[in-house]
Amino acid sequence: MNHSRAEVLVLEAKTETMRWRKPALSESSFRKILSIAGVFILLLLLAIFFSLVIASFPAIRNFGIRFLFTSTWDPVRSEFGAFPFVVGTLATSFLALVISVVFSLPISIFLGEYSAQGTAATFIKSMIELLAGVPSVIYGFCGLFLLAPVVRTLEVSLGVAPYGVGIFTASLVLSIMIIPYSASIGREVISLVPSDLKEAALSLGATRFEVIRKVILPYARSGIVAGILLSLGRALGETMAVTMVIGNSNFIPKSIFSPANTLASIIANEFTEATGSLYLAGLIELGLVLFIVTTVINLMGKWIIRRMGVEG
Amino acid sequence: MIALLTFCSILPMFFILFFITSKGISVINWRFLTHLPKPVGEIGGGISNAIIGTFMLIGIATAFSVPVGILAGIFLSEHRKGTLAFLVRLCVETLQGTPSIVIGIIAYIWLVVSVGSFSAFSGGLALGLMMLPVIIPATEETLKLIPESLKEASLALGVSYPRTILRVILPAGASGIVAGVLLSIARVAGETAPLLFTAFGSPFMNLNVLKPINSLPLMIFNYAKSPYPDWHTLAWGASFILIVLVLGLNLFTKVVTRRWKVQF
Repeated sequence: MNHSRAEVLVLEAKTETMRWRKPALSESSFRKILSIAGVFILLLLLAIFFSLVIASFPAIRNFGIRFLFTSTWDPVRSEFGAFPFVVGTLATSFLALVISVVFSLPISIFLGEYSAQGTAATFIKSMIELLAGVPSVIYGFCGLFLLAPVVRTLEVSLGVAPYGVGIFTASLVLSIMIIPYSASIGREVISLVPSDLKEAALSLGATRFEVIRKVILPYARSGIVAGILLSLGRALGETMAVTMVIGNSNFIPKSIFSPANTLASIIANEFTEATGSLYLAGLIELGLVLFIVTTVINLMGKWIIRRMGVEG
Repeated sequence: MIALLTFCSILPMFFILFFITSKGISVINWRFLTHLPKPVGEIGGGISNAIIGTFMLIGIATAFSVPVGILAGIFLSEHRKGTLAFLVRLCVETLQGTPSIVIGIIAYIWLVVSVGSFSAFSGGLALGLMMLPVIIPATEETLKLIPESLKEASLALGVSYPRTILRVILPAGASGIVAGVLLSIARVAGETAPLLFTAFGSPFMNLNVLKPINSLPLMIFNYAKSPYPDWHTLAWGASFILIVLVLGLNLFTKVVTRRWKVQF
């Protein structure tokens, strides 16, 4: 695109205007259409929220706030409590976060500080971007057939029940999946650290590692936290990969190697088999909880990023 | 140390690509691409219905989300400030963070319950909802980059406001918008969770949008869960096709948009 192309566009529009004196669409009605599109998005989100609330209402009325803290999930006796899944979700997500930060922070530092340009940086950057593009069902498939046997061997040598699938496997798969999210934001905030700060520290005799630890990380801290929050939002809602490798057990997990279920995976597993309106409403309420929690975490992360002036 | 950890974190990508390619590529032949799945016990069979289904679902999703998304994107670029624009941006961000399984529940409540059966249409709507938060920001950001002087020049020549937007501003930003649409397709082409209880999956060839339909990710999920080694083999083949499709679309968009880059 250059100036001449822009001129051609303007002139063409002018010619059209000359040919048909009366515009096909008046300005006010065009503005109205645009506003309707905006309002439509707004209504869409309200409709999503209220549809979830209404559809889960039987469960909300029946169990109230106890729903989140009861640990029996027994469709046969129509007793539904979400506690095992809340525990499963929190356990997998936080374990995954801890594992992924070990990798995503070095990537951020490497790409943001050590080598921002060059072949190696471009290669790593595009690899990480591809990692974000791989469909989650493929992560789950690879996790089930490649990672689970390795974890099973590990479990045998540790002397715990060798399921192969469970919280640990799910966290490993999740941690790989969320690396791109925290790494890309981390890279951006680290590259935003003013160079006079770094140079000042270097000129006072600080080593490069000291500059990273004492200058860059404190300066970029809130941005890094925002990146971690956004990847937490991803991890909490991730469905397919987790469903395939978590082992699907509806009891409170006893260790990090035991099979469990997350809010998302229980919905994926039981939704089509749900008989009875209370059962379905219970599953939809799990979805509502998931929706609210991920929304709050995401908006928090985005808010921190916007305050730092980074385009997330 | 830092370089080592960075290197370690791109290893999974190599493993995934290596295993999918080595296990998947041997499965793929003409029969695999053009035949329907066989029932349990019979060796062989293909994935033609899943390939057609994937494209149908993407078609339905695109038909719904592109017009709405582009109009909403124009709205946001024309209203930089204001309460409604702020709320709409908030909604787009929320929609972007909404877990895909929740989108599936929504499409189920809206279209499966009311129609009374699982359908390709409801699956397409679910995917369309997931494309919106990619298309809208892409359109908005692209149009914001187009200099105000272009719009002023057009208006000064007496071109009406709607025609200025539709015939001057929109074509000027076409590359960015197309890139947004392609990326959103790449995002949803591999989605499974929103299809579990909307498109549902089917072992038959189906072209009716009101009937259940199969798609590649759904097929991989169902075959991977099954206890039959033969189906696992088919799933590796389907995974290879899917990953080529999705990553190919990602790379294509990147390469093409770099060449189209708007420069003023």
